[in-house]
Amino acid sequence: MYPTKYLKASSLDEAVKALGASDEAKVLAGGQTLLPTMKQHLAAPTDLVDVRGIDGMVGVSVSGGTLTIGAATTHAEVARSAEVQGHTPALASLAAGIGDPAVRHAGTIGGSVANNDPAADYPAALLALGATVVTSKREIAAEDFFDGLFTTALDEDEIITAVKFPKVEAAGYGKFPQPASLFALVGVFVAKTGDGVRVTVTGAGEDGVFRSEPLEAALLADFSEASAKGADVPAEGLMSDIHGAAAYRAHLIKVMAARAIAAAS
Amino acid sequence: MTTGIGARVKRKEDKRFITGKGKYTDDVRMENQAYAAFVRSPVAHANVKSIDKSAALEMEGVVDVLDGHQLTGDGIGNIICGWAVTSKDGTPMKMGAWSALATQKVRYVGDAVAVVIADTQQQARLAAEAVEVEYEELPVVAFADKALEKGAPQIHDEAEGNLIYDWEIGDEAKADAGLAAAKHITEMVITNNRLSPNPMEPRSAVATYDEAEEHYTLYTTSQNPHVARLVLSAFYNVAPEHKLRVIAPDVGGGFGAKIYIYPEEITCLWASMKTNRSVKWTADRSEAFITDAHGRDHISTAKMGFDESGKITGFKVDTIANLGAYMSLFSSSVPTYLYATLLSGQYDIQNLHANVRAVYTNTVPVDAYRGAGRPEACYLIERMMETAAREMGMKPSELRAKNFVREFPHETPVIMTYDSGDFDANLAQAEAAADVAGFAKRKEEAAKRGKLRGLGYSCYIEACGIAPSAAVGGLGAGVGLWESAEVRVNPVGTIEILTGSHSHGQGHETTFAQIVAERFDLPIDNVSIVHGDTDKVQFGMGTYGSRSGAVGMSAIVKAMDKVEAKVRKIAAHQLEASEDDIVIEGGEVKVAGTDKALGWHEIGLAAYTAHNLPPDMEPGLKESAFYDPSNFTFPAGTYICEVEVDPDTGVTEVVQFTASDDFGTIINPMIVEGQVHGGLAQGIGQAMLEQVIYDEDGQLITGSYMDYTMPRAADLPNFSVHHASTVCPGNPLGMKGCGEAGAIGSPPAVINAITDAIGNNDLAMPATPQNVWNALQAASAAQAAE
Repeated sequence: MYPTKYLKASSLDEAVKALGASDEAKVLAGGQTLLPTMKQHLAAPTDLVDVRGIDGMVGVSVSGGTLTIGAATTHAEVARSAEVQGHTPALASLAAGIGDPAVRHAGTIGGSVANNDPAADYPAALLALGATVVTSKREIAAEDFFDGLFTTALDEDEIITAVKFPKVEAAGYGKFPQPASLFALVGVFVAKTGDGVRVTVTGAGEDGVFRSEPLEAALLADFSEASAKGADVPAEGLMSDIHGAAAYRAHLIKVMAARAIAAAS
Repeated sequence: MTTGIGARVKRKEDKRFITGKGKYTDDVRMENQAYAAFVRSPVAHANVKSIDKSAALEMEGVVDVLDGHQLTGDGIGNIICGWAVTSKDGTPMKMGAWSALATQKVRYVGDAVAVVIADTQQQARLAAEAVEVEYEELPVVAFADKALEKGAPQIHDEAEGNLIYDWEIGDEAKADAGLAAAKHITEMVITNNRLSPNPMEPRSAVATYDEAEEHYTLYTTSQNPHVARLVLSAFYNVAPEHKLRVIAPDVGGGFGAKIYIYPEEITCLWASMKTNRSVKWTADRSEAFITDAHGRDHISTAKMGFDESGKITGFKVDTIANLGAYMSLFSSSVPTYLYATLLSGQYDIQNLHANVRAVYTNTVPVDAYRGAGRPEACYLIERMMETAAREMGMKPSELRAKNFVREFPHETPVIMTYDSGDFDANLAQAEAAADVAGFAKRKEEAAKRGKLRGLGYSCYIEACGIAPSAAVGGLGAGVGLWESAEVRVNPVGTIEILTGSHSHGQGHETTFAQIVAERFDLPIDNVSIVHGDTDKVQFGMGTYGSRSGAVGMSAIVKAMDKVEAKVRKIAAHQLEASEDDIVIEGGEVKVAGTDKALGWHEIGLAAYTAHNLPPDMEPGLKESAFYDPSNFTFPAGTYICEVEVDPDTGVTEVVQFTASDDFGTIINPMIVEGQVHGGLAQGIGQAMLEQVIYDEDGQLITGSYMDYTMPRAADLPNFSVHHASTVCPGNPLGMKGCGEAGAIGSPPAVINAITDAIGNNDLAMPATPQNVWNALQAASAAQAAE
């Protein structure tokens, strides 16, 4: 790891100021991607601004049907939260399936969302559930937030403080883990709302998380496992690597969509 | 006796390991210690045009930056392969030069060109990045079959066409005739995937040069510290043996990768002299992936012929073995004498021929990895047998039993003489334990859940206890493969065993003590095992090839024989009895049938006070022995794997794994079961998860655990492990060895089970979900076409 300065911010203002003061500063929200990357000398931030000690950054609450998860809430905390389990059980089970226990007890929802790894689980949930990303500056709808591989709508000095989820009629997540990393080789989040059905795919897209139009159309017509399996999901635009060619991923998208429906509640 | 042979004694060494008190090489802190960081090639094949050290030398904490010209200039020798294999045309193998730090050319990604010595590890690593090396890139060949093609990039001038040797064993004319006479021929192309050894503890070295004494000390992660000292001294000219102490303290797993003496250890020793600092290097995991010798990587074409009854009439194998960019210490022997000599399997095959071509590629050197050659042989034969049985409509067990060797000794056409075994007994025990009779019902039930259930066998045999020195010498080995032991009975009667074997997870401190406790009927806590330090222990050959039981413990038995003889003489003298009437039991040395006895400790004291010894007897009670085995040993057994495949995803679950092994005498069943469990985990890992993948440019795609899949607990079932043993006639304890069997026998059982489930024999390791799903699609497309 290259030398870096560490700041444990005690307020959002302090954190934002520290971020703005340097071109090469990074937010430390859990470090489960950032720290290994730094150890491999693939990232070299001059400053690390730790936001986990800031008041209000950790915790879960439900108010008026909206579930709010503080940005520095760990995956383990989300997984075992009674509020999350009551509001959107699929979100709790998604969090329970991220990485391994060590990752789940350090990694956070804000960190995952800000990093926008194309194989991360949370982006699929945010996009399918129509979540809102709350930052130090504004509120951003999930569909405007994710912007391709490792890219988001966040400004350099903008910090995620929470993610808000509306209540949906039913939601489920089907994940096929990449055998080595346990990231999603294919992850499909299905959400049934008053407005229709949203189906999002992570792990498979060349540009990161995306909505699957053929699956949404099929499930809107018939919200069933058979309908998901029978959909016509093209391999074009999907990633190919040693763990899965595009055609295999396309097939898995249908199977995982069916499993998401089977698990949906 | 609860601690002797056959007792499930808990491991004496575990207290320090599980409480974090083990002392590993990286735990060693010397005064005035500096750190080494290597400058490594980022490309797979290139001429080194220039090395600019100036920026690195200016950096904080940097002591020196050293390169290969300085190293060779100081007379440090090239790295050697210690086993000379001769091609079938009589020419010696073509070994290219390998300098610990490359001078003119780099030949794989990770090849070291320079080393930075600095005050801290961080400073050394940062400075290593600042060394500017100009590379003139050359065409790359990363795959064994491509390396043999006309016009392939030439890696070493010494090996034209990248061919190291073209070797054969057996009788080709007889094999051809046997195949010509066959009623049915099974032909397969079989690949054995390339693996990264991944011991939990990465390699490490701490080298110290004592200028006043002109003496070196090397702490290192070695399975064989004496062999390391010998090679460092005799071939790499680091220092004469008496001026070099090698210590392998606690070592966290080896699996073969820690047999060899690598560029890093050599460089640290030399750099400690150059800089007059202790020099430490510890690989991180990324470095381990690109420097630890890889394992396996074979492509074979095989033909096996059968008569109407299923008797094998002929067997022919053609193998290409990838040895990587340089010939590692025992690399030449693995695809020849450790592989093709086991191609007869458990079967009476009269007509057998194997041809092996070893080739250079622009990849990490390949050498022995748990099983070393024998897994490649077992996988090939056992996939052939299972596939042949399916093609001929026979039960896989029936075809195997039809061909079992039943009379011993049995001489194979590939120079092995099997000394013992009861293959029917292992097959029957495994089939009963696996409830093969109930499989059809389980398959039906699984189908109702939408799962494809399959059953696969593997009847393995391997050769351990390596090896009779004269025999392996005749085959080209550069060393003898005996083992040494010294038994020291202290004046108070406690015992220290100095062994040339080395424990890096095998539990020697417990099992070795058990045979001593049994022999002298003493508490196991009165016995300690000393190993791993060339200043403490007499020359020994170390631990690999499941040899520490059959060879290492036999040496201890021989030394104990001498101790016992002396104890009897002393007791007979003092108790005025005949030596033949002396019995050793219950901590006493007694005259049988009388109440005359001396405590064991009194014998020790008598030997060292020497006040009343028989005339002409030397004082003291310390004996040593060298044991050279008379033959290999032949562990064998049957493994049966049962799987369920999810046809929607290709995900395969190993739902049941049954092992019946013949290891000969078992000292500690708990430790043996642990060895089998670990071996099975590695074998199932090879079969389903692990694979080193290079791209065409020789870049390692699977360079971290993000892409290289290690087996996890959740990937494995509860193993059902059984023993049906025959005593090995070749050594005093009747032992065969158990360290590698699990890794050798399990891969074909797994693949045979999966191919049974999916109805397609064309499936390569590792059976990842994608590979299984693709094979399923091919099977259903073929079915649709029919």
